[in-house]
Amino acid sequence: MKRYQSWGRIDAEPSRVYALSDRQMALPTASFSMLPFGNGRSYGDVGLNRGGALLDTAGLDRFIDFDPASGILRCEAGVQLDHILSLAVPQGWFLPVTPGTRFVTVGGAIANDVHGKNHHVAGSFGCHVRQFELLRSDGSRRLCSPQHDADWFGATIGGLGLTGLITWAELQLRRIANPFLWTEAIRFRNLQQFIELDAEVAPRHEYTVAWLDCLAGGAGRGRGIYFVGDHAPSLTQLPLYQARRRRLPLTPPWSLVNGLSLRAFNQLYYHRPLATGQTLTHYEPYFYPLDSLLEWNRMYGPRGFYQYQCVVAPEAGAQALDRLLQAIARSGQGSFLAVLKRFGDQASPGWLSFPRPGYTLALDFPNRGDATLQLFRELDAVVLDHGGAIYPAKDATMPAEHFRHYYPAWQRFSAFVDPAFSSSLWRRVMAA
Amino acid sequence: MKKILIVGANSAIAAAAARQWVGQGVSLVLAGRNPDRLSALAADLHVRGGSAVKIVEAIYDATDRTAHAALVEGAWNALQGLDGVLIAHGSLPDQKACEASVAQTLMELETNALSVIAVASLLANRFEAQGRGVIAVIGSVAGDRGRQSNYVYGAAKGMVGLFLQGLRNRLSRKGVRVVTIKPGFVDTPMTASFKKGALWASADQVASGIVRAMERADGEVYLPGFWRLIMLIIRHIPEAVFKRMSL
Repeated sequence: MKRYQSWGRIDAEPSRVYALSDRQMALPTASFSMLPFGNGRSYGDVGLNRGGALLDTAGLDRFIDFDPASGILRCEAGVQLDHILSLAVPQGWFLPVTPGTRFVTVGGAIANDVHGKNHHVAGSFGCHVRQFELLRSDGSRRLCSPQHDADWFGATIGGLGLTGLITWAELQLRRIANPFLWTEAIRFRNLQQFIELDAEVAPRHEYTVAWLDCLAGGAGRGRGIYFVGDHAPSLTQLPLYQARRRRLPLTPPWSLVNGLSLRAFNQLYYHRPLATGQTLTHYEPYFYPLDSLLEWNRMYGPRGFYQYQCVVAPEAGAQALDRLLQAIARSGQGSFLAVLKRFGDQASPGWLSFPRPGYTLALDFPNRGDATLQLFRELDAVVLDHGGAIYPAKDATMPAEHFRHYYPAWQRFSAFVDPAFSSSLWRRVMAA
Repeated sequence: MKKILIVGANSAIAAAAARQWVGQGVSLVLAGRNPDRLSALAADLHVRGGSAVKIVEAIYDATDRTAHAALVEGAWNALQGLDGVLIAHGSLPDQKACEASVAQTLMELETNALSVIAVASLLANRFEAQGRGVIAVIGSVAGDRGRQSNYVYGAAKGMVGLFLQGLRNRLSRKGVRVVTIKPGFVDTPMTASFKKGALWASADQVASGIVRAMERADGEVYLPGFWRLIMLIIRHIPEAVFKRMSL
């Protein structure tokens, strides 16, 4: 039976689930609030609606039109990025922006205005949305684009699913010659070196991201590996690629991620031998290393985990990142998926969009209750000090006043929230 | 198989099968009642199949007795012959409402049994004449035994099952295969209001089973396969005991 929980395994049983299967149909008339639900890959409570209704969009999974000459794709909101890749890659097209999992829906990608490793050159997902239809609870349908109903367009991109139901969307895909990328991994010894490396290397590459060893202390603090990638041009001979999918078959009774396993992993990962020069890599393992282990979120045990993703202003740089790492080290709670990237300057059309110029750090923490929450509040202080923000798609705990501080457009936005829509996150951040 | 007619193409199972077929380059006639949903499905299949496959839409109302012959004729002409048909249309009757209304009961039998038999009969003759073809019909495990909770539906599916047995018998030496698909519980919009447990299969799983069965099976196919065992047991419970059970 399908469970409506988030990727961090937060449960918030809805009172009612409406399985949508026809984009022409009107929204249900419910006495409680509604929220669209995609594929449950956001980590916190942005996609949950405790006590309300969920509009399950899994049945809105039809393609509507695809032009292989221009790369313009129109599809229903429940189509997953995975389905788009299966269709488009063999025809020489790729997603313009992709997050770290391809198992998200188009509707969810717009509602959270997701970003990827190419943010510094391509901006966020919303920058590549040409238009979409927004269905409101009053039965009205709006065709939203930068030219038409631009306010609704801006409110809905990054709009957390609250402005109505996106029934379909039209995206501009990106040309590729084949499914492979030239990739390279470069070790860095500390944050200062990361920042210098990034400044030098990022302008020359489409995809950049760094893994941080967030447990290393002292001189090794902020060490990690910097990964670059670029779509390969036409090649006369392509390597063989065989997709492998495994599944974490059960939820262990306690988290497999603990101090011991983390320290061992980080040590080994940092010191693993790196290929010298460039390697030809298929897009699946490059963009979606975790997608090959289905339901990997189970490894954190039944209590689940939190993600903490923040961005700090570019000028705050190494200092702010160093303070974050110090606080994590002090707390003794490590993250083995510590990911660091510099966002570029390209603004999103979305009013509540998370990406903004600066350095973004994403971390996973097993849920240890109060200890974890206390650490988050310490990290929050650094983020606030350095002109930063927290990513709602991954959040389950940010205080209401912080949300309003990070997203000053919330007041303008709230006039566009559908009166019949709400979410657990929205009630949390709007609480007085 | 390169040319298939799908009757009731808007059903979740049929739509999932259609996607698999266009992936294999099969051209399709999609017959269904709701034109908006039919064109949404056709557009999706066009994108998935590319220009190599032909997708034809046919509006079809199973309760209209003049519609069956027109449908078969139109589909045959549209693709210049057919290799197979999947008859997937149907409704899930409200058993209580049927008990209160003879008209409703007859209407459900019309939708779930008589219209199926009409289409199968017309295609059987054409396939017999060309010496090849596959007739696949989505029946149900509900047709294996009458139960108080849904015996109108069960009776319709049971009637179709018996009819197909005879048809299979008749056509077995004529190069025409007749496949009765018996899905168990399938998670589709038709069953949206049911509580789902371990016995439930997805529309995609059942569709894969249908596509496979239409390649080579000739008989009754339970999907997933474990339903054969469950229904074997249920069929063999003595009536004296069964009548007191509340299945």
